[in-house]
This record gives sequence, structure tokens and C-alpha cells, in this order.
Amino acid sequence: MKKQIKFYSGNIAAAEGALVAGCRFFAGYPITPSSEIAEHMALRLPQVGGVFIQMEDELASMAAILGASWGGAKSMTATSGPGFSLMQENIGLGAMTETPCVVINVQRAGPSTGMPTLVGQADIMQARWGSHGDYEIIALSPFSPQECFDLTIKAFNLAEEYRVPVIVLMDESVGHMFEKVVIPPKDKIKIVERKKPTVPPEKYMPYKAEDFVPEMACAGEGYNVHVTGLTHDEKGYPQATDPEVQDRLVRRLCDKIRKNEKKLRDIEEYEMDDAEVAIVSFGISARSSKAAVRLARQRGYKVGLIRLKTIWPFPDEYFEKLADEIKKFVVVEINYGQIKLEVERNVGRDKTFLLPKMGGEIHKPDEIYRKIKEVYNGN
Amino acid sequence: MEIEAKSHPLDRYLRAERIPHIWCPGCGLGTVLNCFLHALEETNINLKNLAVVSGIGCTGRVAGYINVDSYHTTHGRAIPFATGLKLANPKLKVVVFSGDGDLFAIGGNHFIHAARRNIDMTVICVNNYNYGMTGGQLGPTTPLEARTTTAPYGNIEHPFNLCHVAAASGAVYVARWTSLHVRRLKESMKEALNKKGFSFVEIIAPCPTAFGRRNKEPTGLETLKYYKEHSVIKHGIDPAEADIEMGGDIIVGKFVDIEKPTFDEAVHELIKKARK
Ligand SMILES: Cc1ncc(C[n+]2csc(CCOP(=O)(O)OP(=O)(O)O)c2C)c(N)n1
Ligand code: SF4
Ligand SMILES: [Mg+2]
Repeated sequence: MKKQIKFYSGNIAAAEGALVAGCRFFAGYPITPSSEIAEHMALRLPQVGGVFIQMEDELASMAAILGASWGGAKSMTATSGPGFSLMQENIGLGAMTETPCVVINVQRAGPSTGMPTLVGQADIMQARWGSHGDYEIIALSPFSPQECFDLTIKAFNLAEEYRVPVIVLMDESVGHMFEKVVIPPKDKIKIVERKKPTVPPEKYMPYKAEDFVPEMACAGEGYNVHVTGLTHDEKGYPQATDPEVQDRLVRRLCDKIRKNEKKLRDIEEYEMDDAEVAIVSFGISARSSKAAVRLARQRGYKVGLIRLKTIWPFPDEYFEKLADEIKKFVVVEINYGQIKLEVERNVGRDKTFLLPKMGGEIHKPDEIYRKIKEVYNGN
Repeated sequence: MEIEAKSHPLDRYLRAERIPHIWCPGCGLGTVLNCFLHALEETNINLKNLAVVSGIGCTGRVAGYINVDSYHTTHGRAIPFATGLKLANPKLKVVVFSGDGDLFAIGGNHFIHAARRNIDMTVICVNNYNYGMTGGQLGPTTPLEARTTTAPYGNIEHPFNLCHVAAASGAVYVARWTSLHVRRLKESMKEALNKKGFSFVEIIAPCPTAFGRRNKEPTGLETLKYYKEHSVIKHGIDPAEADIEMGGDIIVGKFVDIEKPTFDEAVHELIKKARK
């Protein structure tokens, strides 16, 4: 098998990535700017033996992909802000029941209906804790159609490995941008499958984990598993009045992600070797930032870019270490300071600067360059 | 004296370690579950391929007692969860077991669309005229004038006639019984389980704790007596004519039993064509 070269939008690339990763079930509800993903899946899934269904809303879409995952399929949905809000309760069910699945959020400008056709990056915090209670998910952020392809595959792999909903936080600009996408030969793409039980049904403990992540028996495999969103013990049975069971469960659900932060960390460093000021960005904003760094470097500013490809779990340790080396951090994002909160938590308020956009447009490299100059020169 | 613990023929269907259950004395849920287990016993469904999905509520706890793959999901979302489960694994027989509030208030939209699509699943709804789990609030099936904790002056909302909703939405099998009609209920459950497509069985059942005692039926037994005196079997009638009113007759029977292509068949047919 040879590699293939395609000309894809980010949305189509993400859908193709999902198919390569083994996605065989998609449930969704149309919403700009993500609809092309559903449309492409409607066309392509049947060709590979998968099921596409357009549900009555996003509550149903999210519930359906959880059900499909327990039916043994790798499953996905795609949406944008308002739909992502509707999915939250069942994302929590996914986290609680440790159901592998992928949710793509092609972010538009909010709040509410906001600017349906225009870019936003303001669902960062919602992606982390949009559902109630303590839990952790994984969120990835691609900055090109190529990465929409690559990171969607990665999202499926991580969902299977960690048994958690993985959110692909795209944005309208990346979703609608067309670029070259290289599809590697099949045998060069790593595909991960969920761990299956190795013991007979009598011995199986559906929520007992040696290494944070339990083995998963799906419906029809003979394990008679009970799965509930109630607080449950290792057998999977409700123990909704026992704080000790709650403690064990919630700690494990969080720690399986938190304690693996280093493994999950995915950062691109650009011109960081001798940098004194670092831009921190992701998604489309990181592309403008890259151009701005180039501009600034040409004019002698020692500035670099830290591009977050994994947004959650946040790389706390990484930033803590950098705090000694880097004088100032400028966070460039299309929201009023969400990733900035995470950065300043780790490096200090006095060192953190924000260049926000409220949504509807992307940063121009020139604006970022001016901000770099301003921060660099000390005001 | 030693008491010999005898096993019950239906033991294998239950998660023995989960018993005693949480339901109140006089509740209709135990009877309904019992009928369901008997129905399973008399159909030859391979239990390995049976999956039970529930939403949230007293009825929703059924999923936790049956010894098959069982999923206790979120309030109102049992049907879309079950839709994903069934479409991902067509070998499964999927049964949704939930309450009137779960399936027709918060989950009403999913019910009508699953029926419209004719997804191959059986939906069993225990209609106790109220939200039992949360202490007896008004629900979408509370009869006019009935008293609930959130209708202290009597209900002023028109209730849904669930069988009418199911039939109008496209269900291929629709039946209603009370929890007193154990044999007929079991037979209907068997028919529903054997039916291809979206089948629906409604069971009117007592909830003495949350509903009965506010409506002059403080025990399950009194409610069963009412069923005995006021149930009228009318097979095959238009379910539109089977509204339920306080103090009125309860029309029960099998109302719909038709054939229609299922979504499942259509989607797998489509896949076959697309793969060629
Ligand atoms: C989103 C959400 N809202 C509210 C609740 C609280 N709640 C739990 S069960 C229930 C009503 C259940 O009524 P029904 O479906 O009729 O079941 P029953 O208890 O009567 O069997 C409600 C409102 C919830 N669990 N989730
Ligand atoms: S509250 Fe009502 S429905 Fe719930 S267990 Fe008690 S009697 Fe049954
Ligand atoms: Mg009820």
C-alpha cells in the first residue's frame, strides 16, 4: 500500500481519519460549522460497513454513540457549541461508565447561537467540565486539515486505551480550510483497540482496574455486565450511598487521566530554543501565531511558540518547569482568556499576557507581532 | 429447625446478590418484572443476546436486577442509547424498560422518533401516573384532577394517552394492560419480544407510596381492586378511544399489530448496496 495525497477540508479530513481509525457508527444532528462531517459520514460509512444515523437532537446523538460503543463499535458524533451543550449530560455518563467514544466540536463563536458561521475557541473550559461532577476527559486540538486527520485517529486510539470520551476541539477556520492531506499506508497507522476481559464471566469484575483502565465486555459477549451512571463498585453495581465507593471511583476516573498527563502530552515547540517570550496557542490561532513568531524573529525578538495539541489534560508540569526559563507568556486564543487561566496558574499572573478575540475572526499575524513587541519591551 | 433455601425457577434471570430490591410494598413493579421474566422463559430468546436498557426512575431500576447485559443510562435517554446499541450489534434483542416520565416527558422526543423510524426494539413502559422516584410529582400521564406533590390542587394538564402516541408515531405493536392482568401481560410481552420492529407495551401499575395515597388508594391492593372493577378489554380498537380518566374505565388490550420494514433492515440493506 502506498501513501495517498488528498485535498481535504479539515471537516472531511476528520471524517476520513475517523474511518481509518475504525469508526463504524456515527450519530449526529446537523449544525454549522460541523455538518460536513455528518454528511461525509453518511456517504462513506456504509461503504465500509458502518452505520450512519441522523438523530432527533444532540442529546440523542450522544446517547446513541454511547450505546453503540457498548454494542462493540467505535463510535463518534460531531457538533458545534449549542449541540455540544446538549451533549454534556451524556458525556458525563460516558465518563462515569468509561465508554470509549469521540466527540468532535467544530467551535463557532458563542455564547448561545452566537455567530453560527464564524470561528470561535471558547468551548475550552466546557470541554473539560461541561458535565456535572468531578471527572476528566481528553481533548485534542488540530491546527490543519492534516492534523484533523491525524488527531482524530489519535482521539479514537486514546478513547479505546483510556476508556473515556475524547473531544476533538476543532474550530470553524480549521474545519473549513482546504489543504493537502497525506494519508499514510495502512500499515503505517497505529490503531488501538479496547482491552477485552481475559477471565471467564464468573470471575469478571467490570470496573476493577489493575492499571487505572478496566477491561471492557460489550453487549452480547456473555459477561452479563451491568452498566450504570450511579456510583458503582468494581462489580458495576450501584452503591449510591457509600462515600468510600464514591471516593475510589472518582479518584480512579480522574487519576487515569491526570496521572498519565505526561504520556498524553502533545506540544509542538517552534523557535523555543533561546526564546525569552513564548506565545501559547492552539488551533487556528496557532497558525497566526507561527507567522507572528517568524515576523518577530526577523526583527531580532527572541520569541517562540508553544502549540498545544493536547489541551486536556493540561500540561501543568511542563509550564511549571518553563516558568524559570521564559520571562513572559502571551496566550493567543479566540476567547476572553480560558487557556490563559491555565497558563497563569502555572507560571504566575505577572508573567502571563492575553491577546484575545471574542470570536468571528482570527488573529492577524501583525496584531500578534505588535503584542509581542509590547510585552517584550516591558509594558 | 433448618430452613431449606430452595431455588426459584426464575433465579437465573435475576442478579441474586442485588435482591432485596428497592421497591415499596404494594408497588406494581415487582409484578411487571415477574411477568417479563416469565415471558423470557417462554420465548426462546438467547439470553446472551438480550440487552435491557433503562432510563432513570423506580422503573429504571429494572436494568439493575436482570441478569443480562443491562444499561442504566440517563433520564430520558434510554431509547437513543438502545438505538446505538442495536444498530452497532444487530444480533442483539434490545428491550427498553422505563417509566412514564422517563419515556414520555423528558424522553418523549426520542420515543416518537424511534417509533417513526421503526427501530427494532421493545419498549416496556410502567405507567404509574406520576414520578415515583422523586416523590410523586405530576407527570405526562397524570390524569386530570389527580393530586400530586406539584399539583396540590389537582392536575390541570391534559395527559398523554401513551398507546395513542405510540400508534400515531408508527409503532408496529401496541398493547396496554394493568399489573393485575399478569397472564395477558406476559402474553403481550412475548408477542412484543417476538415482533420485528418498534413494539410497545404499556402497563398501568400502582404506586401506592407516591401516587395512591394522595388519590384515595393508599395501598397497592386498593388500586388492584380498582383495576379489577374498571378494566375493559377491547382488542383492536383505535387507541385514540382509550383515554384514561380519573374514576373512569381503563381500556386495555392489544391495539396495534402490523408489519412494516424496520430501520435496521433498511440500513443494513443500504450498507450491502454501498459496499458493492
Ligand atoms: C435530567 C434529570 N432531571 C431530573 C431527574 C430526577 N428524576 C429522577 S427519576 C424522575 C422521574 C421518574 O419518573 P418515571 O419515569 O415515571 O419513573 P417512576 O419512578 O415513576 O417509575 C426524575 C424527574 C434526573 N435524574 N435527571
Ligand atoms: S415510589 Fe411508587 S413506583 Fe417507586 S417503588 Fe415506591 S411504589 Fe413503586
Ligand atoms: Mg412513573
